[in-house]
Amino acid sequence: MKKLAVWKFASCDGCQLTLLDCEDELLRVAARVEIAYFLEASSSRDPGPFDLSLVEGSITTPEDAERIRHVRRVSKHLVTIGACATAGGVQALRDLSDVKEFLSVVYARPDYISTLERSTPISAHVPVDFELRGCPIDKRQLLEVIGAFLAGRRPVVPAHSVCVECKARGNTCVLVAHGTPCLGPVTQAGCGALCPAFNRGCFGCFGPMETPNAAALKPRPDQKVLQLYGSRSWGQRDA
Amino acid sequence: MDPVVLDSLDPLIGRLRARGYAVVGPTVRDGVIRFAELGSAADLPRGWSDEQEPGRYRLRQGDDLVFGFAASPDSAKRYTQPPRSSLFRWRDGVAEETPVEAPRVALLGVRACDLAAIAVQDRVFLGGRHPDEAYRARREALFLVAVNCAVPSGTCFCASMGTGPRATTGFDLALTELAEPHLFLAEAGSERGGELLAELPHRPAGPADLEAADEVSRTAAARMGRHVDLDGVKERLVEQRESPVWNEIASRCLTCTNCTMVCPTCFCTTVEDATDLAGGGAERVERWDSCFTLGFTELGGAPVRGSGAARYRQWLTHKFSTWVDQFGTYGCIGCGRCITWCPAGIDITEELERLR
Repeated sequence: MKKLAVWKFASCDGCQLTLLDCEDELLRVAARVEIAYFLEASSSRDPGPFDLSLVEGSITTPEDAERIRHVRRVSKHLVTIGACATAGGVQALRDLSDVKEFLSVVYARPDYISTLERSTPISAHVPVDFELRGCPIDKRQLLEVIGAFLAGRRPVVPAHSVCVECKARGNTCVLVAHGTPCLGPVTQAGCGALCPAFNRGCFGCFGPMETPNAAALKPRPDQKVLQLYGSRSWGQRDA
Repeated sequence: MDPVVLDSLDPLIGRLRARGYAVVGPTVRDGVIRFAELGSAADLPRGWSDEQEPGRYRLRQGDDLVFGFAASPDSAKRYTQPPRSSLFRWRDGVAEETPVEAPRVALLGVRACDLAAIAVQDRVFLGGRHPDEAYRARREALFLVAVNCAVPSGTCFCASMGTGPRATTGFDLALTELAEPHLFLAEAGSERGGELLAELPHRPAGPADLEAADEVSRTAAARMGRHVDLDGVKERLVEQRESPVWNEIASRCLTCTNCTMVCPTCFCTTVEDATDLAGGGAERVERWDSCFTLGFTELGGAPVRGSGAARYRQWLTHKFSTWVDQFGTYGCIGCGRCITWCPAGIDITEELERLR
């Protein structure tokens, strides 16, 4: 039986939790693969090697930078799960400022803290076989990726905009009909257009879509948002 | 059967329901007027209207009309060609076609442009050597009650496309709402439409009613917010292949696909295969796709139409030029949905003018 591992780096655990949230389907996953390393679910520590490693979180410490190399060495396939592992996550906001300044403000003893200046995606450190977007990831897409790797085929995870899902779902466009700012047109699908279904604008959990043209959005987004959506640092799909 | 006058739509809705149709018509929901199942005529958006312009839609109070508004974000496409449908399932080495779901639906309130769009889709799906039987089943399960437009929006241009505002063909029943006195002029466009009409409480239409209905369509035709000059457009677009205008449009285009999703004639789909985690099972699903996605032209791992300019050019040229070669009509029917629902407000009629 193929072995699955789930690893955590700098993250909130929400993406790993999506695997546990699979509930009924989880039993079917467990019937097909041995969940050999998954500390959120079990204290057993299989040394590997693993057929598929799901990696959550970004690299923020020197130890993590070493550990991810180990993970890569013991994994036949490595798939990042979520915005942190794929793009650096919300903690990558530190990249826009001086991290030493934060340390001195937040911690009583900054000298106890060992951290890197930047929060970087996994792909900045090791080759990644597939990046699953989302904050958190979508359960349906996670099952699709696991199923695809088991079957040896390419996962069906389209990189087009949220609008494709939004229109298919029959949502009213909150941007056009209500004037609500919405990042849907420049954001990758995968969530099923969840926020617009509840009359809220998309705030971009799944990162830029395949060809984002954020400067064409109305109202025109903040300069920082434009910078983020224009940047090519969103993992290897855009490289 | 000659045109008749109806005082209320409740008997019509009731008779359709009695015949096993889910009656779907315009309702106010989430700040727009869009299709939903109707229980009675009270669910219709009486007194409501809309304001539509490039990239903007607003609901507003209007005249005391039941149908005093223009195109909704929904078209008949959702019923003739649903966003997702299963094609076949694969289990234990055997493929089994998924039975087609073709619920009996009466669409109440489709406009002349929508009927023109259905006629375009009929040619696409049923006209060739490989008719789509799932489309045929869903199409035949539809009962179409058209409503002649009284209040076109700022993005409407059916008059210049020759598809409206008056419904002339392709309906079971067509209604024209008259304001004073408030009544509906009804005409049958099919045998079953005539049969149904005969069952409804009605009285014969007088010359004044017919004249008033003509006046509704004349007024509507004069109030189109947009206009397209079709003269030579087919040849012109082919000649403009290398125009710098395409790049300029691409600088404003989000390639988000909204124009194609709301377009009632855009018919492109893709298929997705899913495997069952338990192993051995698989399913092929057809879903709406768009020529604005990269995956649409992916060949050998890379898209053929990589730039936004190439994708917009493909879409516009198809609608007004290559569609004619393929199907003998334009692919655009002038409903204006692509203009209203484009988040960037790109106006197809304006771009056609610039590509002159």
